[in-house]
Amino acid sequence: MRRLLLLAPPWLWLLLFVAAPVLILLAIGLAEPADGVPPFLPPLGWEAGRPVWQGSGASLAVLTEDGWYALAFLRSLWVAGVSAGLCLLLAYPLALGIARARPSRRLPLLLLVLLPFWTGFLPRVGAWIGLLRDGGWVNGVLMGLGVVQEPVPLLYSDTALLIGMVHAYLPFAVLPLTAALLRLDPALEEAAADLGASPFTVFRTVTFPLSLPGAAAGFLLVFIPAAGEFVIPSLLGPPEAQLVGRVLWDEFFQNRDWPLASALAVALLLALILPIRLFQRLEARS
Amino acid sequence: MRRWGLVLGLGFLWAPILLLVGYAFSADRIPFQWGGFSLRWFAALAENERMLEAAWLSLRIAAGSATLAVLLGGLAGWALSRLGPFRGRALFGTLAGAPLVLPEVVTGLSLLLLFVALQGVLGWPANRGALTVLLAHATVGMAYVAVVVQARLAGFDRSLEEAAADLGASPFTVFRTVTLPLIAPALAAGWLLAFTLSLDDVVVASFVSGPAGTTLPMLVFSALRMGVTPEVNALAAVILAVVGLLVGLAGLILQRSRRNLPGAG
Repeated sequence: MRRLLLLAPPWLWLLLFVAAPVLILLAIGLAEPADGVPPFLPPLGWEAGRPVWQGSGASLAVLTEDGWYALAFLRSLWVAGVSAGLCLLLAYPLALGIARARPSRRLPLLLLVLLPFWTGFLPRVGAWIGLLRDGGWVNGVLMGLGVVQEPVPLLYSDTALLIGMVHAYLPFAVLPLTAALLRLDPALEEAAADLGASPFTVFRTVTFPLSLPGAAAGFLLVFIPAAGEFVIPSLLGPPEAQLVGRVLWDEFFQNRDWPLASALAVALLLALILPIRLFQRLEARS
Repeated sequence: MRRWGLVLGLGFLWAPILLLVGYAFSADRIPFQWGGFSLRWFAALAENERMLEAAWLSLRIAAGSATLAVLLGGLAGWALSRLGPFRGRALFGTLAGAPLVLPEVVTGLSLLLLFVALQGVLGWPANRGALTVLLAHATVGMAYVAVVVQARLAGFDRSLEEAAADLGASPFTVFRTVTLPLIAPALAAGWLLAFTLSLDDVVVASFVSGPAGTTLPMLVFSALRMGVTPEVNALAAVILAVVGLLVGLAGLILQRSRRNLPGAG
């Protein structure tokens, strides 16, 4: 009985604030836009004492018919994939360095990787705005090194967008990778080395394959939030190239088309179901 | 070689942050340009009424939502790792983990639609603002707390609780006298995590808030849309100092709890 008493509050909360909103989202995705507050007709109405269907699949149809939305989706998945790949590339040496450090140094090093995550998204994105503008530090360094003669327009470009993404999400990739490398039995690497493998061969044939589940988890942990990211693309990315997060935001806040925004959210969920399931599998296994 | 990887990665992570903090003390009007040491931007920050008001609102929302998240997430994490099979466990687990993997725009939009629907049916919440943001943040924070608590409980042998039950303690007494002290550090860490997540959130808050509920991140975001200002840098430096302090505190708590429980990994 008391068990039920302890279980009831989280159950009710999850049903009300997680399950119900997603169901409502699905319903509004099928609603007809209308003038008023809120700006849509509920898909199920009451007329003469019985329910009447007044929804439509128009918003979902727009998504599939208008190439602009398909393009935004493809671009989002591409940006998320490249961001996650770049994060892994940077995370490998970091995770190796942490896993191979003396045990007493591991926690401080890990904290150094995680602390930027705790300083907040916005200040870090703000820093990149200042650093990447024409007269900023990055251009100063590039010109000082003689790489370029005059400032390159970096801010509001795909380069800036990717730098911001990698900077924001890098800790997400380092964590599972470090955990995978720490679980790895060092005797395996020693055995390979004893049998005459060079350090690079040891890495290629032993360390890397055994760390793959961690790498996959790290990739997905970046990919999933990056695919719907709104803040970084709108502050650092090119204004004309649209991503799903921004399109959804604009449909909602500027065009006040709630059904279309909901349909976009549903489509984004569908696109992410596969990576999410994959990630949960990897988590369950480790 | 191994050192270089660490230096490169940590350098990339920290260089922008250190530059930002350094230049917060520059007198120049253009951010990231040195104009001599000055505290003028901190002074400007202290006089910025809108900023202070938003900061106070954000701190209250963060504290309230983190507390709710710890209560609910603690119970959820405990149920998932200690209750064994109960009816609807699979659905419960999926719902508890969902906010971790849902894109922010989806979480924000779906919660807003819920609040609109509730208002239409029940007349509550009468208007959107601090309360709706708090409820939304508690929902997201709850998922994180549940994970942290589950991880903590997974590291402990169930035999501790079984022993208490064998000695005649009721399930509730077992929870209160054995489980709760075991997960206390995880609850503290989870509270801090939920607190900082709430302080950092722009997207969910923008969806579920109303005209009266402009949080600090919402204000900073609209400022950054106009380009970066030295005042924002000064604010970032202050946030960094506060977060550094909180994380240091959390580290101390975790270390102390580890010392008190020699069996814990």
